[in-house]
Parts: sequence; structure tokens; C-alpha cells
Amino acid sequence: MEITLSPDHPTPEESEVLATVLGPATDPWRGGERTGKATRVAVGVGPGRAAARSQLLPALVALQQGVGWISRGAVRAIAERLEVPPAEIWGVVTFYDLLDTQPPSREVVHVCTDIMCPTGEARRDGLRAAGLDARSATCLGQCDRPPGEMRTRPWTVIPGTPHQEGHPVRLLAERRPYMALRQALSTTPQEVISTIRASGLVGRGGAAFPVGVKWAAAALAPPGERFVVCNADESEPGTFKDRLLLTRHPHTVLEGLIIAAYAVGASRGHVYVRAEYPDARRALEVAITEARSSGVLGSDVAGSGFGFDVEVRSGAGAYICGEETALLNSIEGFRGEPRSKPPFPTEVGLFGRPTVINNVETLANVPLIIADGPDAYRSVGTAESPGTKLFSVSGDVTRRGVYELALGTQLSELLSLAGAAEPRAVLLGGAAGSFVDRYDIPLSFEGARAAGAALGSGAVAVFSAETDFTRACRRIAAFFAHESCGQCVPCRIGTVRQAEAVDALASDRTRLEVLDDIDRAMSDSSICGLGQSAASAIRSAVRLGLVGDVNA
Amino acid sequence: MFGAGGGTSSYEEIETTDLVILWGSNARAAHPIFFHHLLKGVRRGARLFVVDPRRSESARFADLWLGIDVGSDIALANAIGKVIIDEGLVAHEFISAATSDFDRYAEAVQAFTLERAEEITGVPGEAIRHLAISYATAPTAQLCWTLGITEHANATDNVFALINLALLTGHIGRYGSGLVPIRGQNNVQGGGDMGALPNKLPGFQDLADEKVRSRFEAAWGGSIPPGPGRHLSQMFDAMATGELRALHVIGENPAQSEADGTRVRALLDGLEFLVCQDLHLTRTAEYADVVLPAAADWCETEGTVTSSERRVQLVRKALEPPAGVRPDREILLDLARRMGVDWGAPDAEATWDELRSLSPMHAGMSYERLAASDGLQWPCLDESHPGTLFLHGRLWERPIGGERARFTPVGWVPPVDPLSDEYPLRMTTGRHLDGYNTGSQSSRFSPPTRVGGTLDISPEDARLLGIGTGDSVAVTSRRGSIRVPARVDPGLRQGLVFMPIHYAEADVNTLTNDAWDPRSGTAEFKATAVRVEVEA
Repeated sequence: MEITLSPDHPTPEESEVLATVLGPATDPWRGGERTGKATRVAVGVGPGRAAARSQLLPALVALQQGVGWISRGAVRAIAERLEVPPAEIWGVVTFYDLLDTQPPSREVVHVCTDIMCPTGEARRDGLRAAGLDARSATCLGQCDRPPGEMRTRPWTVIPGTPHQEGHPVRLLAERRPYMALRQALSTTPQEVISTIRASGLVGRGGAAFPVGVKWAAAALAPPGERFVVCNADESEPGTFKDRLLLTRHPHTVLEGLIIAAYAVGASRGHVYVRAEYPDARRALEVAITEARSSGVLGSDVAGSGFGFDVEVRSGAGAYICGEETALLNSIEGFRGEPRSKPPFPTEVGLFGRPTVINNVETLANVPLIIADGPDAYRSVGTAESPGTKLFSVSGDVTRRGVYELALGTQLSELLSLAGAAEPRAVLLGGAAGSFVDRYDIPLSFEGARAAGAALGSGAVAVFSAETDFTRACRRIAAFFAHESCGQCVPCRIGTVRQAEAVDALASDRTRLEVLDDIDRAMSDSSICGLGQSAASAIRSAVRLGLVGDVNA
Repeated sequence: MFGAGGGTSSYEEIETTDLVILWGSNARAAHPIFFHHLLKGVRRGARLFVVDPRRSESARFADLWLGIDVGSDIALANAIGKVIIDEGLVAHEFISAATSDFDRYAEAVQAFTLERAEEITGVPGEAIRHLAISYATAPTAQLCWTLGITEHANATDNVFALINLALLTGHIGRYGSGLVPIRGQNNVQGGGDMGALPNKLPGFQDLADEKVRSRFEAAWGGSIPPGPGRHLSQMFDAMATGELRALHVIGENPAQSEADGTRVRALLDGLEFLVCQDLHLTRTAEYADVVLPAAADWCETEGTVTSSERRVQLVRKALEPPAGVRPDREILLDLARRMGVDWGAPDAEATWDELRSLSPMHAGMSYERLAASDGLQWPCLDESHPGTLFLHGRLWERPIGGERARFTPVGWVPPVDPLSDEYPLRMTTGRHLDGYNTGSQSSRFSPPTRVGGTLDISPEDARLLGIGTGDSVAVTSRRGSIRVPARVDPGLRQGLVFMPIHYAEADVNTLTNDAWDPRSGTAEFKATAVRVEVEA
């Protein structure tokens, strides 16, 4: 055998935690008792191998929360159970921020010190002084009440998100769940796809890809198993609207996912929720249990004969897993590194099968479209960007929170709703977006583009004139250097060089040229959007004279 | 099979087939390139069944692994055949149109009930049944095997037992369905194709056929003895009787590779004259009177190689051989000259063109075409012929082209080397990923994965004997005894031990049995009765 196991063994506590995820060891070839005829056959290690491997991250997540770290003995036990080489498990463990390879000596707390939480460092130092192992975290998605904070064992955040609802209220309105689903099930999958196409819905995760086109591509794939995946790995700094949707309206998201599954012919779905959203995950799990007992999930969805069920997966702290193919690799039990595209997930997705992967907010739009029809849906928003959009507003405003606005609304209107008094700049679209300092921009995908910015995930981070933009840019640069998965060279090296250049910018303006070079190299040749957009915010900050002002 | 010694299918077929059976093959370690093609098929959804006494590296990729007793293959194959017949899953039309002797076969497998098969093979009956039904009902299926089938005293019967299954289900002669004996080195196939067999001339043409012989005699300008030569096992028997007294060994290392090594080395030592022609100074060369250093065929000389899928590819010279080292072809030409025959100085292409003029299946493969393509698959009958993706498509023509394919009923016999109280453990042999045959090529570097020559033993037997990985043990068979470190392998079950074949310091063939199959000439390497003792 090629797999060489370490001599370490798991502790009883670790074994117990693993058993809750993996069940008791029964297979004689995977840690079970080796007796009798069972030693003459080994069943299901083929396709079962992929299924087993996809249990890797859940096992690690359970160990981290239950035991506090991942020991070599635990790795050995997992290697034996899942038949994954220990070295590969180690590669996965060390990929994620929230998985520790050393035992904790004190209680661990993660405190957000990211762009939108400038008070995070002080909070972290205070907790350290109080005897806790307080660690700096990248954006925890709590920008509406900074600084974000997450307790561990198990991962816990302070529940409740204050928010402001905008106008018109559609996504955030209370609705009777699963009416749209029943309606969809009474039509053909092709009709559902046509309706979505006609609505003009585009993806809300950042890339604004037409949803109907994506679904049609998966539906047209050769027959066989397909998957739908809900991307709830909302990690873009300054973004927290999916968290609100999941905690307040999990059934709407679930309903959208079931309709997507029906449209493309998937019988299994996954919702991948970032580890930093334990409250959202719990809300979703409760909703799934309710949906199963009310018969809208399971072998016969709402009596239609269509079968579909959903599994919730937790991330473990990695911004890159929000990239769709990295997310698929993460579910499959591999390091969350993006795949080369093409092939796109609609062709080769989860476990190599055609897969539709949509953002939480995108899916929440689906029941609206089905229930009200594409025309009603299009009555709000612009021709190119129909419907409403959720905006996460944070920073120097009096009312931080999630706002729902018709697409095309002026940025200035949102700023006045949130109570922003004379901002110096707004970071639109998060760390991967850009700073703007004029506010007559229409908040639509095409409007933002025309203004040389991007709507992205809908993050609207407001900075007053008192802002230390050097700190903000350093934090953005540090964020990308930390979150680059390291797979492709331009991003792995470029994000680090960029952070160095930004650090030195105050004293050395020749670094502006370096930033220019790095920007071009990363934008042109990175595998995925992380590297391609890692220079965007910093370049815009320089352009607007927020940092490195050559005239200063 | 059916007259030509080559796999029927192409690698691209195993990437697209619905089901693969890997029987007596640990291709993951022994045929990594082939296994790479196979894994593409598995990733695309092919079901993989592995039949092997060990739960090998390859078996870990399988949907179902059947851990049979060493040497029980025919009982398993016949039981599979019976299930397919009893369930009415045979390919009726194919059998009646393209095969013969089905009734004899059907009668012969009747005795192999699942109960009896379970008793002989150790594998649960329901697993056998599952494999049978899956194979018979798969739209396309590839049945692949290697030395776990052929290194037995009843090797030929083992192969027939598998061929019968393909005939029974029509998994032959169609795209995606076939029989694939995987070849070892990059040119094992080519060696056989060129006539390096005791009863064949190049292109698998029968030596006994007078018409064939006269064509070769006319081209070569001499007479060819009609009787078959000796195969390797017969050569050693002839050394024992004194009939064979001089030997020219080219690229082989029998002092280490042949079963019952002690006897083999004594016979080599007793030769009057031994010439060894090889890349490296092998263990066999230690007994030689003359050693002829040969160039490396893959980089120091021009020529062709032929892979398991019958694909002939050009090999280009990249390096000058070291001083005093010459290509095999030139050595042989010079040797002929010293013996009084001047064959001139044909280069690799001229030699190849001579072959093309005599071997119809190679006739269309000019160097020009080989260079312009990724190689061509035989048969390739003329220069406009595209080569052949899979063999025996003729069996699906109606009426069929050529002769019917015959079922060959075979019975099961246990291994020649029986287990006893004195020798209670069954030892089988195989390869490591980082080793090749006797190691004359692969022992000269030190890969990080190398575990070396060990006796691999199940956790259960290790516990009974009180041994752990790294402990020195004595392994003894009816023929000899060696000392090696033990290694506990959970892929082995109680009663089964394993040794790799690559290491001079763990000379497994001191233990193996040279009982050989009279038809294939291959010895019973895979089934040795041994005992294991802890070193005092």
C-alpha cells in the first residue's frame, strides 16, 4: 500500500467526535473489525471514494469545534476511514484559517480587524489582556456592528443583525413559502427556465451572469446526475446581505434552490455556508428540517413525483471558497483552489457532473419571478438589471445595514437613506471593487460599469474625510496576500508584492509604477477573479488621490 | 488470442467503456500508464471490479474488490459463466452466429455453483453473482489481466476461462468491449510481434506452416527448421540434461527472474559458454564468459516499440551511447559476420522495411507514416490502411468473417505447490510502483517511495507470529529460504503473504516453484507455499 500512516492514534474524545460525523467504523478495510467473509470483498470504494472524500471537511470542522484542533492522531483516523493519504489531509487542514494544527492553550476568539472594522485591533488587544487567545480575523461579515467577533467551540457569533429595509421591499418581504415552488412544479422544467430567462435575472454574487443561460446550459448537458449548489460563502469584505437572507428568510432561499433543481433535473443539492455564519447555518438547517417534514424536500417534492434533497456544508475560513469552482473542490474534500475554466461547472461541476451554482440572493429572487411572472419582476429595476438588489452599507453612516433598492437607484439616494454625511469616498463592491468619490452613479450593473466601478456583491462601504486611507489600503492589500490560495504564480507573488508596495507607498512613490505592473500581471494572467481583481481597489484609491498622492 | 497475441482493444476504449474488470493485475503499481487511462474511464463513470488475492493499490479504486484465494481463478470464472447462463444473460445471437462449442462450455461450468465457487475462491457467492450480472448486462466491458492469470502452472487454462466469458457476453470485437492482457515494458508486445517466440515467425506467423516458412526462406536466403524452438523453461530443462550447453542472453536476467533461483543459478553456472548482452551488469552476467554492453533502446538508438494496444511508435536516438557500447542490432549483425554471414549494414529503417515485406500486419507502417502520426496499430495491411483500433470486429459481421471463435471448457486444479502444516502460508509476488522486474534498470536510483524487498504480511498473521514492520524474518519454501524484513500490510488477509520481485537482496525466486505450464512455458511464480519464522 502506498499510504503510510503515522503511529499516532486519536484520543477517545476525537474518536467520538469523528463517529458523530462518519458513523461507526464497520468496513473491515476502513477501521472496522476484520473477520470472516467481509475480508474477502470491499464494496463501493469506487464512486464511494468521492463520497467518502467529501466527508473530509465536515470531519475536520467537527474536530475543530469539538476538540479545538486537528491532531496527527485524528488525521490518521480520518485517513484510515476515508482512505485519503494523510499528506493530502494535511494539505486540506492547513488550507483553512479556522483549522488549527496546535492545541489551544486558552479560549480562542476571532476578532475582525479588516477594512470595515478599524476598532478591531483595540478590541483584540483588550481581549488578549483579559487572558483570551484573541486572533485577528479577515472580514467576518458583521460590518453593520463593528468590530465583528466570533467565539469558538463551537463557532458562535452574537445573534441578531440590525438592518434597514429600503424600497421597494420584495426580497426582504414576508411571503408564503413554497407557493412559487408548487407553481413551478405544475409546469415543465423548460418553462421554468424560459420564465427565468425572460425575467432577465442576473447573478447577485458579483459576476452578474444571466441565470437563465446558466440553467439552460446545465439542463442541456448529457443525461445523468446533476447538482445544484447554493453559494452561501459570502466573504467579500463589507458584504453581509446573504447572512441576513439566510437568517431571516431561509425558506425563500431553499425554495429558489428547489426550483433550480427542478429546472435542471438535479436530485441533490448543497448549500455551502461560510464557517463565520453559524447563525445562518442553524437557521437554514431548521428550515431544511421543516421543509422535509412538510414534504417540499425529499423523494416526492410537494407531491409532484420530483425528488430532491439538500445537504448543508460548512466552510472553514477561506475567502477563495466563494469562487464557485474553489467551492466545489472544497465540498469534494480538496483544497479550495479554483479550477481552470472552461469547462464551466454547468458542464463539469461537483463530482464531475453538470452543476448549477448560484448565490443566495440570486436564488431568493427565483420564487418572486415564478410567483409574479417575469413582467412584474421587470417592472422594477433597469432593462439590463431588472429587479431589486440588496446593498450592505457599512462604515461612516448613521444607519448601517442591509438595504433593498430597485436596481438603478442613485448611490446618493442610498447614502442619504443610510445617513452618510459628506463621505470622502465609497468603496463599491468590497475589497475586490473600487473606491468612488462621486455619488450620482446609478446602482445597476451597467451603471456601475459605466462609472468605471462594479456593483459586485453590493457592498457599499462609506469612508469619511477622517479615514486613514493608508490603513484601509494596507488592509486590503494584506487581505489579498493572505487569501490568495497560492495556486497560480501571478496571484501568489503579485498579492504579496502589492502588499509590500502599498506598505512602502507613503515613503516611496516610485512604488506606484510597481503597483501598475503588478496590476497588469495579475489581471491578465490569474486563474480566477481573486487575482484578477486584487489590485482594483488600491488602483482606484491611488487614482482618487486617497493614497500615494503624487501632488502631496 | 484467437491466433494473435495482442490485446484486442485500444486505450481510448478503456476511457469510455462502461465496466472494467481488472483480474490478477495490480495495474496501479505495475502498469501505471495503462492505469492512468483506466482511471479516466472510472472518472467518467465506468464501474471497476478488481479480482486479486490482495486488496492492492488498484483495488482501492474499485467499486467491488473480490479477494480470491491464489490460484482459484478458473473456479471463479466458471461460476461467473454459470450465473450468466442460468440468468439467461448470454449473448444468444453472437454465440450462435460467431462461436462454437458453447454447449460443451455450458455443460462444463454446471458443476461450478456459487456454493462451490465460494468454497474454492473464498469470495462470498453474492459478490460473484454481482460481478457476473454486472459484466453480462454492461453495454460495453473490458476484461483486463496480467501475471496473476499467467504466472500459474495452468496459465493457459486461466486465460481460456476469461476468453470464454467474453464470448458468452459478446464483449469482444466491438468498440469499448474487449480482452486486454496488459503488457509489461514498453515493448513486450513488440518482442512477441517480432517473432521472439519459439513457434512463431514475425507477425505471429506460424513456423509450422510451410508456405510461411518458404516466404521467409526466400527472403532470408537460408532454410528454417520447421520444429518449434525451446521456451525459457524448456531451455533450463535442456541445460539440466546437458542438451543445451551454450546460451546467449539478451536483455534478460534469468539468474534473478526465474522460479527456483537456486536451481537456475546452478544450471547457468554449469554452462560451457554464456554470453550476456545487456544495458547493465546483471546478476546473470556474473556467470557470463562474455559480456556485451548494449545501448539503451529508448534513447541511444533508433527503432520502434509496440505498446499493449498494438501501437507501433518510432524511437529516436537522443544520445550517443558511451564508448564501447553498441546497439543490439549492430552487435547481432557483427556476430553474424563473425559466423560467416554478411548481412551488410542495414539501419533501423531498412531492418524495419524487411519486416514489413514479410509481416502482413506491419506492411502499411512506413517510417514516414509512423513519424507523421502518433504511431499505428496493427494490423495495418498497406500504406492506405489506417491501422486497427480493435481486433475481431469480424465476429460481428454477418455472416462472420473467417473462423468461428471457440469456447474452450476448462477445469479447475489447485496450485502445484500445496499448503501444509510445514508450509502453511500462501505467498504471491508482484511489483512495486518504483521497481521494474529484477531491478536491473530500476535499482540504480533511490525514489522516496521505495520500501524495498520485504515480506508483506497481514496484521493477523503478524500478531500470531509476534512480528512487526522492520523485524527480520526467515521465509522458507520447499526450495529454499531467505531472510528479509517484514512489513505489515492491512491489504492482506490472514494466510496470505506477498513479496515484490525487484530486489536482489530479497531474492524471492529462491522460494518460488518452477512447475510450469506446458503450453505457455511460464512457471508458477504466483503460488508458493511458505512458512515465516522470526529470526532467533
